[in-house]
Order: sequence, then C-alpha cells, then structure tokens
Amino acid sequence: MRRAVLTAASTSALVVLLLSLKPHQPAGLTGDLAQGGSAPSPSPTSRPPHGTHPANGTYTGAPVDTQYGTVQVAATVHAGRLTAVKVLHAPSDNGRDQEIAAYALPRLTQEALSAHSAAIDAVSGASYTSAGYIRSLQSALDRAGV
Amino acid sequence: MGTVFSFDIRDARTPAVESALGDAVAWLHHVDAVFSTYRADSPVSRLARGEIGLGECPALVREVLDLCERVGHATDGWFSITANGGLDPTGLVKGWAVERAAQILRAAGAHHTCVNGGGDLQLSGEAAPGMPWRIGIAHPHRPGDLCTVVTGRDLAVATSGTAERGAHILDPHTGTPVTGLASVTVVGRSLTTTDAYATAAFAMGAGARDWLAGLDGHEGFAVARDGGTWHTRGFPGTPGGPR
Repeated sequence: MRRAVLTAASTSALVVLLLSLKPHQPAGLTGDLAQGGSAPSPSPTSRPPHGTHPANGTYTGAPVDTQYGTVQVAATVHAGRLTAVKVLHAPSDNGRDQEIAAYALPRLTQEALSAHSAAIDAVSGASYTSAGYIRSLQSALDRAGV
Repeated sequence: MGTVFSFDIRDARTPAVESALGDAVAWLHHVDAVFSTYRADSPVSRLARGEIGLGECPALVREVLDLCERVGHATDGWFSITANGGLDPTGLVKGWAVERAAQILRAAGAHHTCVNGGGDLQLSGEAAPGMPWRIGIAHPHRPGDLCTVVTGRDLAVATSGTAERGAHILDPHTGTPVTGLASVTVVGRSLTTTDAYATAAFAMGAGARDWLAGLDGHEGFAVARDGGTWHTRGFPGTPGGPR
C-alpha cells in the first residue's frame, strides 16, 4: 500500500530525498562543490526551471576529498527519480581501503536508493567515506538540476 | 573532527535564520579548531601533550571535560576519553557541537531542523506540519538495507558501530577493540548524551541491553554480530524494517 502510494508520488518522494541530501548551506564546502568535476554527460543546455523534471541522464558529481582519499560518484536520473549511482573514484591506497570500498560503496548506493523508496529524511549510522559519497552525490544531483 | 556536517532547515528562510546558519557553521569551525586531535596546535592537543594547563584553554574545554566526566559516571566508565592512553574528548564533542548548532538555529526561529554530524542527528520540531521526522538506521550487515526507521519529533538519534571503518571503538577497561555488537542506535532528546551513550552501549556489547532498558529518557536498538536484533520497550522504531 505504502509502496503504491510512493510510486504514485514519486516526484514528491524524490523531493524528500533531495531535501535530506541537500545541505541548504554546505558547511564551508560551497567552493569545492562549485568547482571540479566533469560536465554532465547528457549535456543539458541549462539548469531546468524549478518545478519541472530534470533531463534524463547521468550526472557526474564533484570529486570530494575525505580523510581516506577521494570519492566521486555519478547519479542517473530518470523521470525525476534517482535510479542509479555509480562510484567513479573511491579510496584504494591499500588492501584495507579496497576491502572497505568493496563492502561499503554498494551498501551506500543501495542506501541512497532505498532511502528514496522508504521516504526517509536522513540516515543514522554513516560516517567518513559516506560523507564524501553523499557530498559527491549531492553535487551530481545539483548538476542534474533536481 | 574528520567528518561532515549538514543542516536541513524546514522553516521559511528568513534573514535571521540565514544569519544563524552562518553562526552555526562558524561555531562548528570554532569547535574543530579548539578540540581537534588531528590538529597539533589545537588547545586540546596541546593540553594532551601537557604543554598548557586546563586554565589556559578556552572555557569550552572545561565544559566538555566536565560533561565527559558526567557521562563517564553515568556509563560506569564505559564512555571514556582516555581509553587509548591519551586525551580524546572527540567522542563527546561531535554530539555536543551538533546539539548546540541546533540551538543556535532555534534561537533564530528555525524550529524544524535536522542537524547531521556524520550520521548522528539532532532533530528539532518535525519534518513538515503534522509529519514527524523519519530517520533510517543503516543496516550494519545487509548492503542496501535500513534495519529500522525511527519516527519522532524533537529527538536525537545516534548510531555507533563498526560497519564502515572496522573496529574503531576500544573497550576502556582493556584497550582492545570491542566486537560484541555490529551496531547500536540510541534515541534521546539531547545529542550530547545520546551520542555518548551510543558509544558506551556499543562498548558494553551484550550488556548494553539491560543498561539501556534502565536508562531514563533514552531508548536503544541493536544489531548483534550474529544478525539478531533487540530493542528497548519504548524504542520509536518501525518493527520489521522500513518498508
């Protein structure tokens, strides 16, 4: 029942997710989110006006430096919904980093997607790398204009 | 503090709220400068090395150390700022700084906010008129799942666990990493105590269940290493998972 309602209200559910991801004023991070990162791959001509669906496509987030290394993700948006997240860069300096990345990054991806479907406002229990992940994802979503 | 903070403000954007947001961000930077154990020149680093005394530190340092002592007593020593042999109050500072940042916003008229310090949350008011906040708790074992969703108004939610960065909490009694629980979530009103209690409960392992059950004003939920879960009687979570 709830799932059906959420599907019908997918746009507003996405808005809820985005509100939860979006630091309305990033804590001193505006600069590095504004610079860096590659251009959105589907090359939308401009940011869509507020209230309309963003263009479908995959948007690359800014690389975000964490204590453990750089994290960068790309977000795929379809009909105003976040449908996939691809990890482009993750800390991999040593075996431990690789082990953590192999474990944590798919989990974070699923979390971002299930956060969407569960219509939650925030997730408790994440830290470090996930913060970089979320910042990079947020910047990808910003590029998508959603 | 090696983590990221975010602010989610659901109130109308007024000049007073925007100004308070700037103050809250400045406050967090100030706390980082005073308390960071990553910065060799922070007052807390210098205090830990014995270069300066407590009297030469900003007044905030004494406030935090007093809080640490109080929490240490309340947790029978399971919350400790000296577990690794040095002086490291960062286990309490983050929750305390986040809670105060939320107070800065509230004083300016932002009554419905979520301040997030690396996955530990101080929530004020509600998410939308008539709608409580819904907070997913990351599942420590199952990639892609939330293990429960906490719902409520004016609450603090903190989760302590090893899922992401390996064992990072030490048993203050033995100095070795603790391994009994995969994660424990504590819900209370004040993130200062809620976060520190989550850390302590995680260090306690199986013993955390009885301790949390007897604690006024706080509720707990845990995922054990074997995947089993338990929660205290009044835990405001959705039974059986988020969906």
